[in-house]
Amino acid sequence: MSKPLLKIVDLEKHFPVRGGLFHRVQAHVRAVDGVSFELRRKRTLGLVGESGCGKSTLGRAVLRLTEPTGGDVILNGESLIGLSKDALKAKRREMQIIYQDPYASLSPRRLVGDTIREPLDVHDIGTIAERRAKVDELLDIVGLRKQALSRYPHEFSGGQRQRIGIARALALNPSFIVADEPVSALDVSVQSQVLNVIARLQHEHGISFLFISHDLAVIQHVSDDVGVMYLGRLVEFASSVDLYREPKHPYTRALMSAIPVPDVKRKSKRIVLGGDVPSPMNPPGGCPFHPRCPDAMNQCKDVVPPKVNTGTADKPHFVRCHLYGTP
Amino acid sequence: MSVRDDRPLLSVRNLIIEFMTRYGPVRAVDGISFDVYPNETLGIVGESGCGKTVTGLSLLRLIPSPPGRIVAGEILLQGRDLTKISEDEMQSLRGDEISMIFQEPMTALNPVLTVGTQMIDVLTRHRPLNRRQAKTEAIEMLSKVGIPVPKKRINEYPHEMSGGMRQRVMIAMALSCSPKLLIADEPTTALDVTTQAQVLEQILKLQEEFNMAVILITHDLGVVAETCQRALVMYCGEIVERASIEALFETPQHPYSQGLLDSIPKLREEKLGELPIIPGMVPDLLHLPAGCRFADRCSRVTDECRLQRPHLDAQAAAPSAVACFHPLD
Repeated sequence: MSKPLLKIVDLEKHFPVRGGLFHRVQAHVRAVDGVSFELRRKRTLGLVGESGCGKSTLGRAVLRLTEPTGGDVILNGESLIGLSKDALKAKRREMQIIYQDPYASLSPRRLVGDTIREPLDVHDIGTIAERRAKVDELLDIVGLRKQALSRYPHEFSGGQRQRIGIARALALNPSFIVADEPVSALDVSVQSQVLNVIARLQHEHGISFLFISHDLAVIQHVSDDVGVMYLGRLVEFASSVDLYREPKHPYTRALMSAIPVPDVKRKSKRIVLGGDVPSPMNPPGGCPFHPRCPDAMNQCKDVVPPKVNTGTADKPHFVRCHLYGTP
Repeated sequence: MSVRDDRPLLSVRNLIIEFMTRYGPVRAVDGISFDVYPNETLGIVGESGCGKTVTGLSLLRLIPSPPGRIVAGEILLQGRDLTKISEDEMQSLRGDEISMIFQEPMTALNPVLTVGTQMIDVLTRHRPLNRRQAKTEAIEMLSKVGIPVPKKRINEYPHEMSGGMRQRVMIAMALSCSPKLLIADEPTTALDVTTQAQVLEQILKLQEEFNMAVILITHDLGVVAETCQRALVMYCGEIVERASIEALFETPQHPYSQGLLDSIPKLREEKLGELPIIPGMVPDLLHLPAGCRFADRCSRVTDECRLQRPHLDAQAAAPSAVACFHPLD
């Protein structure tokens, strides 16, 4: 197997919670709590979980948009942790982000053409004519017309704005893009248009994606590998094919069965979980999922389940659950 | 499928709703007709801006006016036209005979009052109860919607609860006077899938218990398939298809319904290369085409479609209908 493009080792992001008279740190929210995975070149890794599970924080920590409190992020064999501001800026050419909300992530007062060109200006790439040509090319890739350049974001629909965001992310020819819920704010008919643009970028431009979404169906459509997060931890990680064919963790199974299926014939048996996701400030001991787990056993309350490979060495299927024994 | 009563509980006929904008009036709902029968769950599906929420709000006369206005049409609740009754009469209907729950429970609940106070207010407004009796009722309602330790929870403020809990409180409040009709506007859209499953299950359970009809407004066809018996598909302020759930999902007639069904990312056996899409986008409501509003995005379009507007039959009684000159078989 080729060397991974991105390697994440025990990544942690703990937010301090302050309060009381002297504004002291009283506790930590363990938004990301020891996550490790590898993203291969030209592949897409899907990260799925419910709100508050830490998936967006993870995406931001990978790019050091929020400073990780522990662990390491290695891009192309080089650690991003501890890089100086200038060195990081240079590295940022290779990695970009697309945000969820196409209304909030574009400056309302800048022309679309300027917004797309901005990364080229910031990194001082090419002559003015070259930049202009590049912007035209980007518009073409994401399927927008040239007239778009001299318009403002409010003149566009949600789907078009998301295309503008994608064009901006592509400006520097990144090898890696974090896409944080890029289609969640869009209507279904537009959602599939944008997903197709992303799929084309994977194939034709060989870009690797860390694709974050709460929607298992969207994740399946775009991902080669999939990680399932719960309360800041990766509870299952496998190739997309294996994960969807044979979900192992009880949480993954519940998540899959909870999706309403647009098919009147398939009345599948649904696992309805009790309760809500616990607060990440005060996660339950042992396996964090045990209070809601339909298969919880005695040891789940006390012992944190280790990461177990239930697959093979070259086709790993990792799961953190006592049902699958010890390594 | 529940047994259908022959007489509709609610009949909407040729309803037109306009909003005044800087650029002129916009018809958010343009001549729709439909019936809701007792005990059934009717889905209204469509994408943002299709008029589904405005339709729901209009049934309770909750459209902000100005700028909104019911221009024409009738909303008949058991024969009584809600567009013609006084505001006082309407007020005593709301929460009593027709209730509504909204997408975002945090904005629909009053943040400075406890859940209990809000529920007791509804109960004492519509029923001959004193506050103590109302509190007992409220606690019982909360336990019915599956809120643990309702005696304690009733004294909490909305912000102390999770999204799923708040939506349950909304449901408890909406059902506290046993309405005949519940309008649920994207009740689970703001919730996570596992919570969504809990809340939907709850709504269906209570529907049976309370014998009420439910109008479920949603953009999610998966939710419709799992909860409704019939559905209306809306596009650009019009109902383009009316069908039973089986018919809609197995043999959709309108090309838009078909496109919507195809383009949903769903869990599949195999990964697809490209997702099927509906090309183009929804036309601007200010500049609607003269003919069929879906014409520009439709693969079956002909000259006829561009010149004339296809209509759904106005009687709204037939089980299925489609507003299309060239429906799919």
